Amino acid sequence: MTALLDVRDATVTYPRPAAEGGPVMAVNGVSLTVEAGSIVGLVGESGCGKSSLGRAILGLVPLAAGEVRWRDRRIDKLPRASFRPLRRELQLVFQDPTASLDPRMTIAESVAEPLRALVPGLSAAGRDARVEATLGEVGIAGELASRFPHQLSGGQLQRACIARALAVDPAFLVCDEPVSALDVSVQGQIVNLLARIRRERGLGCLFISHNLAVVAHLADHILVMHRGRIVESGSCAEVLTAPRHPYTRTLLESVPEVDPVSARRLIAGRATGPDSAPSSRLTS
Amino acid sequence: MTGSLWREARDALLHDRLAMTCAVLLVLLALSAIAGPSLLDYREDQIDWSHVAAPPFEAGGHWLGTDRLGRDLLVRTLYGLRVSLGIALAATLVSLVIGVSWGATAGYCRGRVDALAMRFVDVLYALPQVFFVIILTVVFGRGPLTILAAIGAFGWLTMARIVRGQALALRERDFIEAAVVGGAGTARIITRHVVPNLLGPVIVYATLGLPQAILVESFLSFLGIGVQEPLASLGNLIADGAAEMETAPWMLAVPAACLVLVVFCFNFLGDSLRDALDPGDR
Amino acid sequence: MSALLEARGLTVDFSGRQAIRAVDGVDLTVAPRERLAVVGESGSGKSQLLLACTGLLAANGRAAGSVRFAGRELLGDPRAAAAVRGRGIGFVFQDASGSLTPHRGIGDQLAEVAMSASALTRRSARDEALAMLARVHLPDAGALAARYPHELSGGMRQRVAIALALMARPRLLFADEPTTALDVTVQAGVLALLARLCDELDMALLIVTHDLGVVAALADRIAVMYAGRVVEEAAATALLSRPRHPYTAGLLASVPRLGDRGELATIPGAPPVPGESFRGCRFEPRCPNRAERCSAFDPALARIAVGHVACHFPLTVDGSQ
Repeated sequence: MTALLDVRDATVTYPRPAAEGGPVMAVNGVSLTVEAGSIVGLVGESGCGKSSLGRAILGLVPLAAGEVRWRDRRIDKLPRASFRPLRRELQLVFQDPTASLDPRMTIAESVAEPLRALVPGLSAAGRDARVEATLGEVGIAGELASRFPHQLSGGQLQRACIARALAVDPAFLVCDEPVSALDVSVQGQIVNLLARIRRERGLGCLFISHNLAVVAHLADHILVMHRGRIVESGSCAEVLTAPRHPYTRTLLESVPEVDPVSARRLIAGRATGPDSAPSSRLTS
Repeated sequence: MTGSLWREARDALLHDRLAMTCAVLLVLLALSAIAGPSLLDYREDQIDWSHVAAPPFEAGGHWLGTDRLGRDLLVRTLYGLRVSLGIALAATLVSLVIGVSWGATAGYCRGRVDALAMRFVDVLYALPQVFFVIILTVVFGRGPLTILAAIGAFGWLTMARIVRGQALALRERDFIEAAVVGGAGTARIITRHVVPNLLGPVIVYATLGLPQAILVESFLSFLGIGVQEPLASLGNLIADGAAEMETAPWMLAVPAACLVLVVFCFNFLGDSLRDALDPGDR
Repeated sequence: MSALLEARGLTVDFSGRQAIRAVDGVDLTVAPRERLAVVGESGSGKSQLLLACTGLLAANGRAAGSVRFAGRELLGDPRAAAAVRGRGIGFVFQDASGSLTPHRGIGDQLAEVAMSASALTRRSARDEALAMLARVHLPDAGALAARYPHELSGGMRQRVAIALALMARPRLLFADEPTTALDVTVQAGVLALLARLCDELDMALLIVTHDLGVVAALADRIAVMYAGRVVEEAAATALLSRPRHPYTAGLLASVPRLGDRGELATIPGAPPVPGESFRGCRFEPRCPNRAERCSAFDPALARIAVGHVACHFPLTVDGSQ
């Protein structure tokens, strides 16, 4: 089965004066594939380039080298106007739901907006029906649709953002740290929602996060990213039980422990010496 | 929390007593300017030979006195207010429309569009306004329309700069990127997302720009290159009054007081609007 | 042994368009050398609690009740609060740039605190600063002292912020989400450092966080806050293995564990927004065990064997109702 999304040797750079070392390689020769209906988790710490990769896939930042192929068609060099029809199939859920919704528009208006541009055949009534149905699918009660973002909680807002991404019936979803800005007791709601949507709609998904435990819950395959490169790639079970790269092992060891005995053992191992891993920061 | 951000701002404003007083005063002044003259006995160009240069409250029904041609000062001041306010409002509206679209487009599009647009603004900024006005009056003759053009031609510059700054900051926000991901084109993003989210500062600066416009018009009319006799504006009324300052001080005091009151109220209201629209303490 | 820090009936209100009660009658004690963790999510009031104790609330905030540090009342006495800040109580913020000035070298900043705290000469203050940088395990202290904050990584900056907080030898360290802004591989090191410093310097620790992993690693005692109140308080091992309040149990269950697949546990609904009014128990709308009594009566914080819990139907030892 051909992969839905096929990224080959992608490189993304950000400009930086030559005096400081020349352009920063946020993404350095990354390859990955995502099949229909599967969730690929991309794990890494801040500055490793995972968000840049997500944006490059969606055509929001240009590639310095490499290709992005969607349904075996090259899309990374497309001009903005030609990319637009693709946006119906490739959608994005942002990290901070309060920032990714226009504060001056109601929830219903925000969810309807992609429909206007990407599904022009729909009438106004058709749009309203689709908005209502999608909001129901993500668990937002009808009366909240006419409210403004500042009147909803973080979890509700993220559901609305997911509804906005789903309204156009995409085949692929990039989720960029979708639960990192939410309270712990609410994170699970969104993770479970994404799992359910994947089951019901058969979407492909790239789930980007710094939280390995969350990714491990959802993903079929896991890619570990460090300083712009993929250092580990395998099925979820493989990566968790038999990691090959030392950075993956460090990540696994750093997952927070709630059992006090293991937690204290964890930090006892770090009692001396500076920060254990070299800084992952690339972009300043 | 109920209602939209606008409603919360309105609530904040309603609680600010001084701002409300200013708003009420402005409404009263505007109403007087529009309806007042028709309620009074005298017309603005009507000469009362028996009461030339008469002080206020003297017989003859001239409540605020007359000028050196025997014209009722109250009526002329109200007419002057009408003209000055009218020109200022129209000019501000023109500045708003041009300035907002110019600045929002420059700020959002960045790159060459921004560079070209703002260099144009910089060039116009460097021109001395009075000089330009004089040229305009030579070409188009003196009168309110020329003044309107002169004020409007420069008023939009500051608005464009302010709006551009706001747009530059706004375009980095996630919901703009979300709109791009949602397939929206540049025009739609600017009109539907950028402009509505910078209306707050725009309204504030428009409210603060109105008294500026009134002052410019008054100044030009005072110099004699603005509104011409027998048409009254606060500026030329003040010019007349200044000439008679020692013998008939009310001729200066009345239009000057009116000008001060209007400018103060607009400035104060603008400041309170800015505070009310500031989401800082929510 | 008398408590180092004792808060009784601490209430924090914010005036403004809407009156908001962020903290509603909290009692808290920290004994010398003890490590207390205050856990809560957004809207729980945990950060305001810390700020109120040291007089650092925003201009429209008012603290009421009593906060005593080493027997001296801090609330309502701005001079006492100022005297205690930095000297009796050190502060580490979530973002190191809250404590570090961007335009001065690190050595200078540390030395300045030492000089104002204990009238040292510039030379001895510099030595103190270098010693403290070494104590927080920053390599090459001499060269580092000349650097500026923006030249360091996040983890190193946080260590410097900790060093800064310790310069005046406080007896109690307040830490507000000290590792939240750091990468996960760096967090463990900073937590280990905090634990060791508390031992070496005979210091108590009051740490505020939403992260249960942090709490498990560091705390002797834990207080769980929800909607401005403490809902459970107990020794760390007891609370983490046998929580008595349904919210605590829900929180613990919500932490994703490596190797689990399938549905993540969660608490339905969302934490209340500060300023909401309540009738009865604040957690009731989200509680899986709620009963009629819960929506009518607000449970008080009641003493139990291992600590305190505010619940009409606390979970029993085996985790059931």
